[in-house]
Amino acid sequence: MSTENQTDTPDTPMVEIRDVYKRFGDLEVLKGINLTVNRGKIISIIGPSGSGKSTLLRSVNHLEVIEKGSIFLEGVQVNRPDLKGLAFERHINHIRQNMGMVFQHFNLFPHLSTIDNVTLAPRKLKGMEAKAAREWGMELLNRVGLAEKADVFPNWLSGGQKQRVAIARALAMKPKVMLFDEATSALDPELVEEVNLVMRSLAEEHMTMLIVTHEMGFARDVSDWAMFMDGGVVVEECAPQKLFSNPDQERTRNFLKKHLQG
Amino acid sequence: MDFNLMVEISPLLIKAAWITIDISVRSLFFGFFVACGLVFLQSFRFAPIRWFARGYISVIRGTPYFVQLLLVFYGGPSIGFRLDPITCGVFVGAFNIGAYMSEAIRGSIESVDSGQAEAARSLGFGRAQTLVSIVLPQAAALMIRSVGVLAIVVVKNSSLVSIISVVELTYQAQRLIGSTYKPLEIFTLTALIYIIIVYAVMGIIELAYRRAMRYTTL
Repeated sequence: MSTENQTDTPDTPMVEIRDVYKRFGDLEVLKGINLTVNRGKIISIIGPSGSGKSTLLRSVNHLEVIEKGSIFLEGVQVNRPDLKGLAFERHINHIRQNMGMVFQHFNLFPHLSTIDNVTLAPRKLKGMEAKAAREWGMELLNRVGLAEKADVFPNWLSGGQKQRVAIARALAMKPKVMLFDEATSALDPELVEEVNLVMRSLAEEHMTMLIVTHEMGFARDVSDWAMFMDGGVVVEECAPQKLFSNPDQERTRNFLKKHLQG
Repeated sequence: MDFNLMVEISPLLIKAAWITIDISVRSLFFGFFVACGLVFLQSFRFAPIRWFARGYISVIRGTPYFVQLLLVFYGGPSIGFRLDPITCGVFVGAFNIGAYMSEAIRGSIESVDSGQAEAARSLGFGRAQTLVSIVLPQAAALMIRSVGVLAIVVVKNSSLVSIISVVELTYQAQRLIGSTYKPLEIFTLTALIYIIIVYAVMGIIELAYRRAMRYTTL
């Protein structure tokens, strides 16, 4: 990545999504999405399944390849149709080191202990030494309340604990933005809160976050901006207080009605 | 049953059994490299290379090991490809089992959840590093059993190299029958030795598998 030509001023948006299109075969899943995420802001994206919200989030760090449009991280373009092969590989690996991603199904590395899950990336990608990495890993595990599980394999953890480790793992590279892809959707209801607590603590530290979620209450509480997507388009976006209590659009109202009853 | 005879000839059979083990171990060792090569070739973007690997695997799987052995040992010399019997046994054994093993290896790699690679890529790992640090260690654990089953096939297949006069367990048994005319005793003893070898292999595989999978709650 060429950091020279970026305009890194405080006003540069952390993430910028411009007119993004994506299709899976004949199915158009993103139809011209725009979104600007400023530094330290928390954006929640809600919508029915199949609305394209997860695809949009995954496009931000290029796990999904968009067909049209552009995505920027601090002014640096993420998708670079002009770069091919190894050059693009280097570029995207560098970009991804600055974005933490948390998955619905945790995707912890089962063959590595909890602490190794957290420290693998800083050790391998930043050349952090074993001792320093362990200290850093312990600090992060401490932060998510799981220091005592450092030397346990992930399969011995509960879902909520796994997701907290996954958050610690994503934080280990000191990302500039965190992407949450339905981080609590696979959890038993009683385990949701412990993950939400960790996410709230990140919010308090002004981490920039992009959250795809089904937790309406949580989205309303923590976010600075809320976006309702359906059928690959942004139906409505505004402050969360308004979106969740008094939305302008009929589709938003219907969705919320179903969801808040359900 | 002539138990005295069985006791008397058992050292000779056990000695020959070491040849069986030697051929099997070497076939597996080289077979593993053949298998890795085939997996590698199948990952090429350039289709003809993939077709070559697929074609090779189809031919090996579609023909009896016995015929492959006879073809190389008796047919090879007419195109200047001459191998001594043991080398030929190891060579054909390795190229035969390599085809099956490549499928086992590929299957294990493919059965590692795709979310694993995604998580690694999302942290900024490159393709190669993701494969080496995340996918292969998990595939290796899954591989142990499927490759282990093939180790047993190799041991049992090795009896066929007796046809090209390698003095391994089965050939030695036939020779001893030639001088003693006691097929029941000798083949019983031979079968017993194969069972011991096969169960020893199965035990090793199970131990290795449990050790490799100790991170799971299975």
